[in-house]
Amino acid sequence: MAMAWVWTILVGISVVYGIVQGTLPAVSRAAMEGAASAVELAVGMAGALCLWSGVMELMDRCGLAAALARLFHPLLRLLLPRASRDSETLAAVSANLSANLLGLGNAATPPGIRAAQAMARGCDGTASDELCRLVVLNTASIQLLPTTVASLRSACGCAAPFDILPAVWLSSVLSVGAGLLAARLLSRLWRW
Amino acid sequence: MALTSLVVPLLLAILGGYALWKKVDVYGALTAGAGEGLSMIVRILPSLVALLTAVSMFRSSGAMDALTGLVSPVLEKLGIPPETTAILLVRPLSGSGALAVAGELIARHGPDSYVGRVAAVMMGCTETTFYTVAVYFGAAGIRRSRYTIPAALAADLTGFVAAALAVRLFFGP
Repeated sequence: MAMAWVWTILVGISVVYGIVQGTLPAVSRAAMEGAASAVELAVGMAGALCLWSGVMELMDRCGLAAALARLFHPLLRLLLPRASRDSETLAAVSANLSANLLGLGNAATPPGIRAAQAMARGCDGTASDELCRLVVLNTASIQLLPTTVASLRSACGCAAPFDILPAVWLSSVLSVGAGLLAARLLSRLWRW
Repeated sequence: MALTSLVVPLLLAILGGYALWKKVDVYGALTAGAGEGLSMIVRILPSLVALLTAVSMFRSSGAMDALTGLVSPVLEKLGIPPETTAILLVRPLSGSGALAVAGELIARHGPDSYVGRVAAVMMGCTETTFYTVAVYFGAAGIRRSRYTIPAALAADLTGFVAAALAVRLFFGP
């Protein structure tokens, strides 16, 4: 629903602004060109995106996701001590995080939801501190290979689409750290 | 340069060899994953068309420049290039919307430009916050999310600032 507002407001402002500034002919041209360039963009990135999805699937089937998941156990015991006491929830959370790390969005959500359901049991519709932390971990993306955006860069003619990797990793770590820190600070202030 | 051009071929070769050694059907896994990639393109194409239409209209009317001018004093204090304003606004709401905005920015400024790189890193280090919160809390039957959204938005904002910072750090301004 939010996007319905965003889209309508964008178009509405464009028309009003076009009338006031006299740029309406350009606005009308841009509407058609924008739609066409969306298809160009999607087709341009399709090849790279398919290849990288294939590579991620291969990593998953090699057992890399499972190996990553085991690496997460000590970290999760620290971050989610109560949920980690239940081995099934711990396995679900680590599967969720490792799929996120490999950029397998579709594979990440089902175990994530299973973990969230287990952690929400008996808390009567109010998110516990640990559940908030799990969701914050999921909203702050950490990806080893940001394949979608790399495909986008290849579509625009980039020779080394992965040269941004160190920058993505650094900013992901900072962003996740800030999210967890904010959650910790807010959990002390939030009284309702 | 030599190193970055090695990463992709080496990754493919090593992964293929390792998978064969593990007796995984390399070719089957690659094609199955590629099929999923294709369905992802098909899934996001309609919203790309809708959003790029709106964003192109917004830009060519001159409203984007006005908005950018309005917020640029704040963004410059944070070290964020004002050209990326639209990403900041759309990213927490819609993944494909943000992809449309970032794609337009990268195509316009070039993938190896400062703005193009910052846009790419911003996309790589943030998520569609509101969608993710809705999916998880919806499935878990949570009605009071307490401080989840402010904390997640703090992570997003940090990601945006860090993206600009990291690009300057690794590639120079």
